Amino acid sequence: MAFFLETLIGGLMAGMLYSLVALGFVLIYKASGVFNFAQGAMVLFAALAMARFAEWIPAWTGIDNAIVANLLAFVAAGVVMFLVAWAIEFLVLRHLVNQEGATLLMATLGITYFMEGLGQSLFGSDVYKIDVGMPKDPMFALESIFQGGILINKEDVIAAAIAAALVAALSVFFQKTATGRALRAVADDHQAAQSIGIPLNRIWVIVWCVAGVVALVAGMIWGSKLGVQFSLATVALRALPVVILGGLTSVPGAIIGGLIIGVGEKLSEVYLGPFVGGGIEIWFAYVLALVFLLFRPQGLFGEKIIDRV
Amino acid sequence: MSTKKIGDVILDVKNISLRFGGVKALTDISFNVREHEIRSIIGPNGAGKSSMLNCINGVYTPSEGSITFRGKTFDHMNSRQVAEMGVARTFQNLALFKGMSVLDNIMSGRNLKIKSNLLLQALRIGPAEREEIRHREFVERIIDFLEIQAFRKTPVGQLPYGLQKRVDLGRALAMEPQVLLLDEPMAGMNVEEKQDMCRFILDVNDEFGTTIVLIEHDMGVVMDISDRVVVLDYGKKIGDGAPDEVRNNEDVIRAYLGAGH
Repeated sequence: MAFFLETLIGGLMAGMLYSLVALGFVLIYKASGVFNFAQGAMVLFAALAMARFAEWIPAWTGIDNAIVANLLAFVAAGVVMFLVAWAIEFLVLRHLVNQEGATLLMATLGITYFMEGLGQSLFGSDVYKIDVGMPKDPMFALESIFQGGILINKEDVIAAAIAAALVAALSVFFQKTATGRALRAVADDHQAAQSIGIPLNRIWVIVWCVAGVVALVAGMIWGSKLGVQFSLATVALRALPVVILGGLTSVPGAIIGGLIIGVGEKLSEVYLGPFVGGGIEIWFAYVLALVFLLFRPQGLFGEKIIDRV
Repeated sequence: MSTKKIGDVILDVKNISLRFGGVKALTDISFNVREHEIRSIIGPNGAGKSSMLNCINGVYTPSEGSITFRGKTFDHMNSRQVAEMGVARTFQNLALFKGMSVLDNIMSGRNLKIKSNLLLQALRIGPAEREEIRHREFVERIIDFLEIQAFRKTPVGQLPYGLQKRVDLGRALAMEPQVLLLDEPMAGMNVEEKQDMCRFILDVNDEFGTTIVLIEHDMGVVMDISDRVVVLDYGKKIGDGAPDEVRNNEDVIRAYLGAGH
């Protein structure tokens, strides 16, 4: 039982990171109808920026307080993501208003490869470390119930708390502010949104910025767990099934979808793996996504597709 | 008609032409709209009515001609600038925010008027909270006015067509427009729904003094509620004047009923 719980918790933690990346997809899709293939590249880009600024800032300014340096690096990386968002809107999206979804998807595919390349030429292509001072030592919980307790990484717990705070902040932003309302309005109908005076271009910059910040947080957490390297960009591919499962337009869907897939991967690997010779973790998420596409194409929480005839 | 006072020219359209490639959607159209009046644009299918409205609204840029609004002349505008100047519109094919509630849809019409800082809004602090309440009160008045109190929290996509049309009108009214452009507000409605909509349009015009530019297919309705009517056919203006004048205009009769009459 203790082992099962440990596996479950490990799965939840992995799932939460998928959720963060999936959240970036959902945000942009909700607000602009663009399926942003570049979300993974944005995670890599943000993590690279964060890792490098954390090295450069102490070297440039002589600050040797790790917390201050990390904070400054986070802000600097945030500024970089803002510039990225602005550039994408100004150079690409603005010229593709009212184009087909496929055109926009191809545009983001182009952005993906451009950003992967640019990120490495700007920030270097080695493996970097992000050390935000998260405790690495494990802790034991429920020792009174199970012999030896359950092993939990403190780092994972903190990461989960950060992710939860981010999601809470986003839902307040979307539901309670006029800008959030404008974002939802743009997502539903561009032309109508313009007719009531919502500036499309500014809204897009805001959305991509928010997605950039989410990418930064995701990149920071992944980076501090596993190091920042090129393979971070492929995280996006792991988040695709999450989005299909949760529904492209649903923030809670992204979270719950991520958790289901994280847990499903780990549990199936541990409990089913021995019977088929392992390797389930790699394809589990995709098969689950396929099943969903067949039986519930709008995902768990997506808006049901109803057309009046 | 009621004894409302019709004011000076608020919107003046001069020699507007609109071409899409080789297709002439509008040719040399001129007309004006006076403050507080209900001005209708009618014409058979494909006459260029919606194109005309889209020119005024800044969706299309006319190939030639100019539009003067409250003394300011412009030949190129985008929808946002037009909205800022106090022109609101509704859409022929509903363009509502389907996933949002009725309340949020109408609140979104207040977007330009909400000034407080994003962070204050998110935290619901002092002035932002008061501002939100003030706008909410205004929106509640519109909801009462349009008699859709029962659907406040319903996602708009789930409402029947006639009610969606009201929400569309409500969102435009939330902007407190000086000029309201209505693109076939009664299309696809049954008689009862049409009567309701007519009443709302007349009340808006009467109570708030809003100038209304109306595109409509239903001749009966137009003749009943309009102060003056412009008639378009094949992108050209063929009639302009009070409903009775227009009704007896030979060209208009020919356009609507064919040459034999």
